[in-house]
Amino acid sequence: MAKRENELTWRELEIGVIATEPGNASQYRTGDWRSQKPVYLFERCIKCGMCQLFCPEGCVQQNAEGYFEADLYYCKGCGICARECPTMVITMEEEKE
Amino acid sequence: MAQRVGMEVSVAIGEMVRMADADVIAAYPITPQTHIVEHLAELVADGELDAEYIPVESEHSAMSACLGAAAAGARTFTATAGQGLELMHEVLYVASSMRLPVVMTVANRALSAPLSVWSDHSDAMACRDTGWIQIFTENGQEVVDNVLCAFRIAEDAEVLLPVMVHLDGFHLSHVIEPILLPEQGEVSAFLPPNKYPLPLNPEKPVAMGDFGPPFIYTEAKWAQEVNLKKSKETILNVWRQFGDSFRRHYQPVEHYRSDDAKVLLLTMGSFSETAMTAIDSMRSDGKDVGLIRLRLWRPFPFEELRQAVKNAEVLIVLDRALSFGGPAGPVASEIKAALYNQQTRPKIVSFVGGLGGRDITAKGFTEIVNRGIEVAQKGSKDEFEIFGVRE
Ligand code: SF4
Ligand code: SF4
Repeated sequence: MAKRENELTWRELEIGVIATEPGNASQYRTGDWRSQKPVYLFERCIKCGMCQLFCPEGCVQQNAEGYFEADLYYCKGCGICARECPTMVITMEEEKE
Repeated sequence: MAQRVGMEVSVAIGEMVRMADADVIAAYPITPQTHIVEHLAELVADGELDAEYIPVESEHSAMSACLGAAAAGARTFTATAGQGLELMHEVLYVASSMRLPVVMTVANRALSAPLSVWSDHSDAMACRDTGWIQIFTENGQEVVDNVLCAFRIAEDAEVLLPVMVHLDGFHLSHVIEPILLPEQGEVSAFLPPNKYPLPLNPEKPVAMGDFGPPFIYTEAKWAQEVNLKKSKETILNVWRQFGDSFRRHYQPVEHYRSDDAKVLLLTMGSFSETAMTAIDSMRSDGKDVGLIRLRLWRPFPFEELRQAVKNAEVLIVLDRALSFGGPAGPVASEIKAALYNQQTRPKIVSFVGGLGGRDITAKGFTEIVNRGIEVAQKGSKDEFEIFGVRE
């Protein structure tokens, strides 16, 4: 898609706003909804991947060092990863404006 | 050559849908629409129409099934009335927003309570803002002709919108009229095959009716509004071509002895025929009275209406529905809004009458016109008057 959906003018929409390309939901910045974000103490992490399994947003990926970390473009700040982490790596921190 | 045959209007609608070669009909029977869908069910069962007939469990499902069918590129037809139209209500918006060319006849019926199976326009007015193209008809021939035109308009690549053809319940749906049904060849020549541009297709998947966050919703709605307004060009074009082919002509605002009449009466639907009789007798009494009938309700024909009333001093609008607690009958409100900013405009007098199957005779129309002239001269503290209520 040449333009992102939030840049399209009314003239550029398909009839009935039909989506003709797959995957456009990935453009939706669900991170906007967040009021808390996960912060990590990776020295405690055992790389079990539980946080990734439980994340309802599917936004947890392994970083270069193999630690599991949220993509804040999508992370909604629900705190499920923090609750499920067996070694208490994750704490939820208030977002500041 | 087309034959003129005596036929119940509902059956004639079914015959026209057969000749239009509809692919899918999803409907729930409701008085006074029943004969339309019964006849279609019969045609499908007898193998005279090669279509999928989906006997659904409610009107909500009927319209939902129509959406799916139209989205798959099928020529889709349904019919309903009154409460059935209300039960469809939320899905009506989806059909127009998703630009699905469903054609529906509505045998107009008064809304409950008290329960009424008889005709008025309260069902139609409740779905005024659903984004459908809406056409009102006066007699069986007009219904049949406009069902054919509706498929052509709805499926036009420039339009792709659902179309409602309104006909008064019983007054039109159940009468036997001499109707000129065109030949199959004439219908096929007039109505090209339906080619929905982005149909559901596993080879080329699309997603329809998606989530529309705030960043896209306004654009989506504006595109829809522009499209519906613009559809008038196609509607006029289709009516023009229909006139060329079939010698019957349709206009967004129809005129009857209205040129230069100082007093105009405005009606919609089958009452217009009785109103014409009243106009004739008032004319022969030397009264300067004419009639205009609103055929195209959506998109609203602003220019044609302004043109039609520009020389009139009084415009008397008869609504067959109430807008409870509102400024006037729904049609009169729109007419007032359409004329408010004009340099010169007639005095507009609003009447509501003919509710729930109550007839208005030619004599009744004469009374309405006389009272309308009186109100226009003397003024009134009321927003509108109701005609024929027992005090
Ligand atoms: S806070 Fe919720 S959304 Fe964000 S990474 Fe953790 S589980 Fe996923
Ligand atoms: S659940 Fe905790 S320990 Fe397991 S990978 Fe995620 S952060 Fe590391």
